[in-house]
Amino acid sequence: MLTLLFDGIAYGMLLFVLAVGLAVTLGLMNFINLAHGAFAMAGGYVTVLLMNRLGVPFLVCLPIAFFATAAVGALLERTLYRPMYAKPHLDQVLFSIGLVFMAVTTVDYVVGSMQQNIRLPGWLQGRFAIEWVGIGKYRLFIIVVCGLLTVALQWVLSRTRFGSRLRASVDDPRVAGGLGLDVNRIFLLTFAVGSGLAGLGGALGAEVLGLDPTFPLKFMIYFLIVVSVGGTTTITGPLLAALLLGIADVAGKYYVPKLGAFIVYSLMIVILMLRPQGLFARASGK
Amino acid sequence: MTVVLETRGLVKRFGGIAATNDVSLKVEKGARHALIGPNGAGKTTLINLLTGVLEPTAGTVALDGADITRLAAHRRARRGLVRTFQINQLFGELTPLQSLALTVSVHLGRSAGWWRPLGADPRVAEACEALLTRFRLDEVMNQKVALLAYGKRRLLEIATALACEPRVLLLDEPVAGVPEGERQEIFESINALPADVSVLLIEHDMDLVFNFARSVTVLVNGAVFAEGDVQAIANDPRVKAVYLGEQDHG
Amino acid sequence: MSRPDVAASLRADARWRPWEIALFVVLALSWFFLPGQSLLLAEIAIVALFALSLDLILGYAGIVSLGHAAFFGFGAYGAALFAKHVMPDPLIGMAFAVAISAALGAATSVLILRGTDLTRLMVTLGVASILYELANKLEDLTGGADGLQGVVMAPLLGRFEFDIAGRTAYAYALVVLVVCTLIARRIVHSPFGISLQALRDNRLRATSIGLNVPARLVAVYTIAAAIAGAAGALLAQTTGFASLDVFDFHRSAEVLLILVIGGTGYLYGGIFGAIVFKLLHDLISAWTPQYWNFWLGLFLVVLVLVGRERLIRPHTWWRRGSGGALPAAAEGPGVPR
Repeated sequence: MLTLLFDGIAYGMLLFVLAVGLAVTLGLMNFINLAHGAFAMAGGYVTVLLMNRLGVPFLVCLPIAFFATAAVGALLERTLYRPMYAKPHLDQVLFSIGLVFMAVTTVDYVVGSMQQNIRLPGWLQGRFAIEWVGIGKYRLFIIVVCGLLTVALQWVLSRTRFGSRLRASVDDPRVAGGLGLDVNRIFLLTFAVGSGLAGLGGALGAEVLGLDPTFPLKFMIYFLIVVSVGGTTTITGPLLAALLLGIADVAGKYYVPKLGAFIVYSLMIVILMLRPQGLFARASGK
Repeated sequence: MTVVLETRGLVKRFGGIAATNDVSLKVEKGARHALIGPNGAGKTTLINLLTGVLEPTAGTVALDGADITRLAAHRRARRGLVRTFQINQLFGELTPLQSLALTVSVHLGRSAGWWRPLGADPRVAEACEALLTRFRLDEVMNQKVALLAYGKRRLLEIATALACEPRVLLLDEPVAGVPEGERQEIFESINALPADVSVLLIEHDMDLVFNFARSVTVLVNGAVFAEGDVQAIANDPRVKAVYLGEQDHG
Repeated sequence: MSRPDVAASLRADARWRPWEIALFVVLALSWFFLPGQSLLLAEIAIVALFALSLDLILGYAGIVSLGHAAFFGFGAYGAALFAKHVMPDPLIGMAFAVAISAALGAATSVLILRGTDLTRLMVTLGVASILYELANKLEDLTGGADGLQGVVMAPLLGRFEFDIAGRTAYAYALVVLVVCTLIARRIVHSPFGISLQALRDNRLRATSIGLNVPARLVAVYTIAAAIAGAAGALLAQTTGFASLDVFDFHRSAEVLLILVIGGTGYLYGGIFGAIVFKLLHDLISAWTPQYWNFWLGLFLVVLVLVGRERLIRPHTWWRRGSGGALPAAAEGPGVPR
């Protein structure tokens, strides 16, 4: 059972890294970006291609996935997303659905629709046991990497100037702009980093979650659950929501496989009914 | 004098801050009562508490002697407790005629009808015509509200409240943002309110206050600072000081 | 102003426009003049009905739903199961499907009352996903991933067999579409219908004039669910088949797009959107069958960037600017999105 908990935590941490960009984008730009999963997919495919075609080592692929996806994110933000911020939510939804469809079919066309496999480096394969807990090395690696990223994010947000500018812009973009903060640049950087993290998450998750062109659609609902349950005003909110979701999903699929994702969806609905602004959001948040 | 609207010990806290601090207020039938105070004194919060937009942390609100503290906002409106908003709250995609016709229908109890068209009831057309003419909206009655000029929208804001046939009318800065030349229209329509309608007016424009109000409550930092008839308040040196900021009221 | 003006204006809102009458005439005549296309036309009619139901909650009440297929699918499976296990009469089956879809709508309407747009998106998506999972797992009942097959319908009204060419099917679908559109038309011009637009435009003000917003949302959501269920039932009854994709996200996304193409909030957007969409689909699929979704996605992106309102106003296509959207009417924090 503890092994399940461990696996659930790994899954949850991964979901967090994947979804945190979406949470910040929503909190900052009030933009519902359903295409967020496409960035994750991009990171995964970049990694797969680099490893399988060019033989690039796994650990090197990870930062490449981050930066490549961040660059794409920055480009898209500047060109396509920026005019969308002021539009109503319906338009944003339609827009991002359109992007997802395009991304999914493009990948299908270029790479094909089969599942992609990554051969993990030897030292990440296998498991070892501590007491009753079976620890997969790769899952441990995921927890460590994601944990470090979370700490880094929290540090950036609370200790750096960029962090406080970001928090100010989330609280009130108009006032922030009026104070002289370059809100556009903050949006751009934030979106890029958020997309980059999604890409990194996709690279990390390729082995655990499976990678094929339907990835963005399959996991979209999970990212959205993390964001809507976790709220968009803190980092810890989505983190806790992701952990909860990860553990619930892993446990649910093990104990009651017949019901599958049913448990997760129902749980989400119940939570949103009780607290529409998210389980962990500040009351005054968006 | 019958009391139509009363609050007892009304408190509203946001986190650690009391936006409304132990307010006990009485509005009599036919009153012309002004609520004044410096910015941030909690006047709009009080209106929100009275109308049910906000739930109080403590205290009670009573309308015609009946406790309405837990009553839903829309029910209060149906009982005749109606307000206008400081920032226009209108139905952007509807026309003034549709907005008023809908409001009138609600108060005739015909707003749940789903088969016959809006305005099938001749009383609706009558009431709308009266309001549109009175507020000089008849020329723009079929234009989309979102496209109207600000002055017209403000008039519609007030006309909509009157379409509810209020017994107690809460006006939140009715002339806010209205250019000088157009204020007169609004003053007149407020002055022309029937005598048995009780009016609570939030205003900064002192001319309006002293010309219209018979009694005044002064709110500072969410609490009642002074209360009395308009002459007494006008001459009260403490009230003047609060506005000019000479005295410290932390 | 003399009295007739106000009353006349109120009447004018609800009066039949010439093009509306023309549309209904064309719809009726289509059964006679396009006999070879009956199956295709039946498909279009069903989708148009589905889109009409979405227009009621999206265009008129302002609820953004990504899971409207929940009711479509519920009606489809309901009608199919009813025909298989109870009785194959199409009209009684339709009544059953409408009733249970309405019940589902009423039950789930509590979920859309509170929260932000995102919350509503999530819960509507969640409900549709749950139903998908249920249909998937309850294999003994629904046939699981293979779908529910072999649904044989009795003749309509006891006389009209469902023929292979689809003439009965189209007549059936067309009549249901027309009846529902007429009912919806009365609803949107009524005080109830106007109140929906009011609560969409400004929920706070709607409450302040005495409207019970939650009750009205429950009512419109239930009605929309009933109509969507009717559309689903039509699909199951005319094709003899119900499969998991009736609950799929693609279906919810597609109906949203169809409505947006046709235009929201004037009742006929579903019909026009369905026609245009089907034509586009057939055109593009003939050319590139596998990657239809790509062009669909591209279309969506361009549509939104250019401005949705412009689509139904071709004369604005060459004008720069924000595309005829509302002028900056935002006066303060109270203005809803």
